[in-house]
Formats: sequence, C-alpha cells, structure tokens
Amino acid sequence: MKLLYFAWLREKIGLAEEDVAVPTGVRDVAGLVAWLQTRGPGYVAAFAQANLVRCAVDQDFAQADAPIAGAKEIAFFPPVTGG
Amino acid sequence: MQRIIVQEADFNAGAEIARLNADEVGGIGSFIGVVRGEGKIAALHLEHYPGMTERALRKIATEAMARWPLTGCTIIHRVGRMVPGDHIVFVGAASAHREAALSATAFLIDWLKTSAPFWKREEFLTGGSAWVEARATDEAKAAGWTK
Repeated sequence: MKLLYFAWLREKIGLAEEDVAVPTGVRDVAGLVAWLQTRGPGYVAAFAQANLVRCAVDQDFAQADAPIAGAKEIAFFPPVTGG
Repeated sequence: MQRIIVQEADFNAGAEIARLNADEVGGIGSFIGVVRGEGKIAALHLEHYPGMTERALRKIATEAMARWPLTGCTIIHRVGRMVPGDHIVFVGAASAHREAALSATAFLIDWLKTSAPFWKREEFLTGGSAWVEARATDEAKAAGWTK
C-alpha cells in the first residue's frame, strides 16, 4: 500500500511517500494511524493532534472509520487551505 | 463544459472569461483570488496532491453544474511560489441568467477552499515560514451551501 504525506505531516515524518506492508489486523484509517505511530517519533509527532489530520483513501476524503482493505493509495494531510 | 486546470503559471482572466462567453450565455460570474501581503508576507508556497486535486476540482465543478443551469464552469488554481499581488485562483461560471452565474461562482470558491487538497505556507519578510491554518469561517461558509 502506498502512503502519501503532505505539508507539515510530510515534514514531521520526513517522507513524501512510502510503500508499506500493513499488518493484517489493521482494518480502517484509525487503525492505520495507530500502527504508523508505532513506527517512530516522526510519526508520533505527525499524528499527535488527531483533530488536525485529514485522510484520503484512493483520492477521496475518508473518515477515521473508513475501511482500508484493497486501497492502493492513502494520504494524510492537514486541513486544506487553498483558494 | 468544465475547464479544470492546476498550473504554476499565471492565467489570463480576460481570456478565460472570453472562453466562457459561448452558447446561450446571458451572464458570466468570475472571481480572482490574489495573494495578500498583510505587511509581513514575502511569498506564498502552494502545495497540492497531484491527481486528487484535479479529481476534487472536477467534483466541485460537477456539483455546481448540477445545482445551477450553467453553460460553462472554469477553475484554475496555481501552485508553487507566488508573491503578494499575484493571482492565485480563478473561478468562473456562465449561464443564461445572472443569478445562476453569481451563485455558482460563490459556491465554487467557497467549496474549493474546504474540499480541494491545497496547502499554503507563508514565507515572512523577517525570514522563516509557517503553514497556514485552516479557518473555521471557511468551513462554515462551505457548509452553508449544503442546505
């Protein structure tokens, strides 16, 4: 599964994207975030304020309870500030 | 007709409005967002999520065309580095009547602000930079259109 990080999440994690093998017990976005937080201090810092993190599963906005099975690409980013 | 563009280059607003002047158009609404300096900003860096951005903008345009009888709708958003006074975004909507064109234009920019994956980082005149935080007022404006 491909993971993408944008804006300050990218800076805190130190990666723009990565390919990961997600453990089988991880079923939804919230589970994925919990697993990522076990991968190092950069991830812990990036996801420390859950209310400031948004997610997209295969390029559609997704909530914490969205399933991730079969997803090709999951992105994490701050609330958007375009326009 | 929808025209969705994400680009680094500036756009020509006059040419975009002329392009919307087709078919049975009676009115064209347009909005241009400009980088504000606020006496402290040296530049603005616009980051986005290539692929999802275009997809999100297309959804917003499709929603506008479903809500109002538009003949055309254009969204152009710039990315990369911009300085105060630079254009950042263009939205336009054309219709047989002004109400649809004006309402759709406001809807396009309000929804774009909360539903398209762009992020701004401000570079300060005094040095340093910071990511811009999302504003609750923008969320409220976009939510107002869901009624």
